[in-house]
Amino acid sequence: MTDFTDALGAAAALVFGLDASLTEIVMLSLRVSLSAVAIAALIGLPTGALLALYRFRGRFFLVVSMNALMGLPPVVVGLIVYLLLSRAGPFGVFGLLFTPAAMIIAQVLLVTPIIAALTRQVIEDLWIEYEEQMRSLGAGPSRAMPALLWDGRFTLITAILAGFGRASAEVGAVMIVGGNIDHVTRVMTTSIALEVSKGNLALALGLGIILLVLSAGINGAAYIIQHRTKRWHA
Amino acid sequence: MTRRFLMTALLTLVFSGPAGAAEKFITLVGTTSTDNSGLYEKILPLFTAKSGIRVRVVSVGTGRAINIARNGDADVLLVHHRPSEDKFVAGGYGVKRHDVMYNDFIIVGPKNDPANIQGLKSVSDGLAQIAATKSAFVSRGDDSGTHKKELSIWRMAGIDAAKSSGQWYREAGAGMGATLNTAAAMPAYTLADRGTWLKFENRGDLRLLAENDPLLFNPYGVILIDPKRHPHVKAKMGQAFIDWITGQEGQTAIAAYRIKGRQAFFPNAKR
Repeated sequence: MTDFTDALGAAAALVFGLDASLTEIVMLSLRVSLSAVAIAALIGLPTGALLALYRFRGRFFLVVSMNALMGLPPVVVGLIVYLLLSRAGPFGVFGLLFTPAAMIIAQVLLVTPIIAALTRQVIEDLWIEYEEQMRSLGAGPSRAMPALLWDGRFTLITAILAGFGRASAEVGAVMIVGGNIDHVTRVMTTSIALEVSKGNLALALGLGIILLVLSAGINGAAYIIQHRTKRWHA
Repeated sequence: MTRRFLMTALLTLVFSGPAGAAEKFITLVGTTSTDNSGLYEKILPLFTAKSGIRVRVVSVGTGRAINIARNGDADVLLVHHRPSEDKFVAGGYGVKRHDVMYNDFIIVGPKNDPANIQGLKSVSDGLAQIAATKSAFVSRGDDSGTHKKELSIWRMAGIDAAKSSGQWYREAGAGMGATLNTAAAMPAYTLADRGTWLKFENRGDLRLLAENDPLLFNPYGVILIDPKRHPHVKAKMGQAFIDWITGQEGQTAIAAYRIKGRQAFFPNAKR
């Protein structure tokens, strides 16, 4: 049990001491994961909606692959992005490896399938419900799409939060493409892994507690916004 | 209102990176053992203060470090497996290997020492006894310098430990610290570098049981990635770092580094 009380102590000391390197690490974590989720949402929402509304050859295959990609292991994504961004790889000339940009790219690949797959399900369900009505008003899939995305926004926020959870919790991809460089690419999860490897278990767990609290804060904020606006529109 | 505020806050956060993208830096890829020992944190700021060049450290096992360096994803390589280092230079990937420092490996294990290796002069005898008593042994199993050293000692002892993998011989496939965590939890024997061990906090029932066999000598080498093969390598700054760490100041800083009052690395650059 002492490890747990030590961990709480370590977390409290870090937070109340306003540890400068902790602030830096937290800000970088948020910057990387929020950027990745924003980009993934820009790609995933329309992709999911298109898959839900249009019927074409290969759609079944795309839907199944999208769902399967939700389970993509972060280390595999990390490895693929590493090979692409390495100086020996096709995009090596940009020198992006071991930078926050590389970490964002990896997380976009991880999160986009989650947002797209969940969006597809949400929009498809709404379309089943409203198709007849909307068609009678002269709205085909293309005009129905923005309306359905708007109608499903509260559920879609949950899909985006699921994506954020994935991004902020993963360590495998950012470790490989970021390199866990102090002051440059060190984020919450990679510092936790580093402290574990140094045997500083209490400090590692303390950082874990901070990560959990942060995640709870973001989810809480999203929930409050959802409810306020829901009441507004009701 | 709240929503607009939150959106603005979010966008500011996303698009305002830390300044200093134009800072001068080199990328050093090196072993987990030097990083976990805390050496870099101590000596690199001295180099940065003098040269204005920051050193970005990526710490992985020697095998992967060499792979990253071969791909040209770093400027300087600092590892500890002489045969791999020589092969790297001979293959045209590195300019030249320089001695930097050394320390030594040790065998740690459960304090009740089931294989009775404490005080043995020969480390290969020690491993032979661990094998004979089928006492648990955790291997790095990650193609690192430490792992390669361990395998060479098993070979000297005439034991094919890999055959017992999954039984008393456990391959962790992890860095030095993570492997020590595993060994402490089992508890089991393992081969560790002295620097990481000195710094390691989660020892549990592990004790230092065998040391000082000449076989356990652990020299580190530093190599500039060859700019002829990878033109983007920051050869000037990389060489400045190598000159510094193998020069008077770097060598003094290495010698002065203490972990809990003990010297962890011994400088041995040739002048």
